[in-house]
Amino acid sequence: MNKILLGIILGTVLGCFDGATAWFYPETHAQIVEILIGSTIKGLIAGVLIGVFARLVNSLALGIAFGLAVGLFLAWIVAFLQHAHYFEIMLPGGLVGLIVGYATQRFGPAAAASRA
Amino acid sequence: MTWLSDAALDRLRLAAESPDLSATRYRLLDRIGRGGMGVVFLAEDQSLGRRVALKVLDLPDDSGDLAERLVREARILAQLEHPGIVPVHDAGTLPDGRVYYAMKFVEGRSLREHAAALESVPDRLRIFEKLCDAVAFAHSRGVLHRDLKPENVMIGPFGEVLVMDWGVAKLLRPLAGDSASAADAAAGSDPARPGTRDGAVVGTAGYMSPEQSRGESATLDARTDVYSLGMTLKFLLGGDPSQVPTPLAAVCAKATSAEPAARYASVADLAADVARFLDGLPLEAYPDTLFRRAGRFFRRNQVVVWLVVAYLFVRILLILFSRP
Repeated sequence: MNKILLGIILGTVLGCFDGATAWFYPETHAQIVEILIGSTIKGLIAGVLIGVFARLVNSLALGIAFGLAVGLFLAWIVAFLQHAHYFEIMLPGGLVGLIVGYATQRFGPAAAASRA
Repeated sequence: MTWLSDAALDRLRLAAESPDLSATRYRLLDRIGRGGMGVVFLAEDQSLGRRVALKVLDLPDDSGDLAERLVREARILAQLEHPGIVPVHDAGTLPDGRVYYAMKFVEGRSLREHAAALESVPDRLRIFEKLCDAVAFAHSRGVLHRDLKPENVMIGPFGEVLVMDWGVAKLLRPLAGDSASAADAAAGSDPARPGTRDGAVVGTAGYMSPEQSRGESATLDARTDVYSLGMTLKFLLGGDPSQVPTPLAAVCAKATSAEPAARYASVADLAADVARFLDGLPLEAYPDTLFRRAGRFFRRNQVVVWLVVAYLFVRILLILFSRP
């Protein structure tokens, strides 16, 4: 499977799941749809960025580091907009980025060799 | 009385058995071993300056049948150009009337000797795959080996796998471009004449298929070599299938089924199952279940699975202990 497509699918699914866990907090039930949509879009954006990076750079370590960085950064934006819950939002967000970063490096056709 | 040393005795034996190579381009160097029909010598091809192995008929052969078999073996080998089959360079008759053929001199060890040096199951299986490739190629050319066993497989110094001793090979159809083999194949059940006619038993006990050991030469097909390869695989895995991974034991069991119909239909199918095992994929010989599939997926994707588990664990902890 194409690395970008893999990143999009993984990022979207994990982002959607991430947002769905908000259902366990009764105080968020009123905004659950917005949270779900926002989290899914966040996962999709992370998946696209990490997938594109995996196509350009063929390195497991760099892929994981980039995935983690993207996941943490996007989660930080969400936490920053709320001015709260940095740890609760950024920890799983970072893990999602790490998973997508690893998976896009490990699976899918390798990046083309650079030309001399 | 003077006692002769072993080395002196060896020299005398070599001199007594030495073929007369005077009218050939070969110079005798040493005696390598003995096969079913003849002795194999190490010789130097003086024209090309390379070492070759000379197989020379050395059994009484009033009828000429053995000479014909040796020539036929050379002819079959000459048609089977494959990296896994020892190539023949030349064939002819010596001044003393004995038939010979020259082939590549393989510096290496037999699979039986080499197996002890192989540490892991994947290493053993990769050698087995190469062996299967060579035999499958021969089958594609209509040739059954009929005597596959660890002693007839040589492992070269760079890991080359070469199938040796095609003396009892059977032609299923004429070799391309070889009119003599056309006559052989047209001769009936088995072109090899005496010693391999229908009802006669050729091969090695313990490695030949049940139908081959019953002398059913006329009906033999690729599955008789599949059986021998299955026995060779068992040997490679230590002889006791219960000590190897269950899927591999299933491959051995299928390849060595008493009924040909229950075996792999071809050597390629057997090799494909071994390759699938190495790749962690489902095997023809080992029906898949949901549980096995899940186990295989976990083994192949351990890091991803553990990352997802870690993510879920973190999520559960946050749900339990954190209230946004």
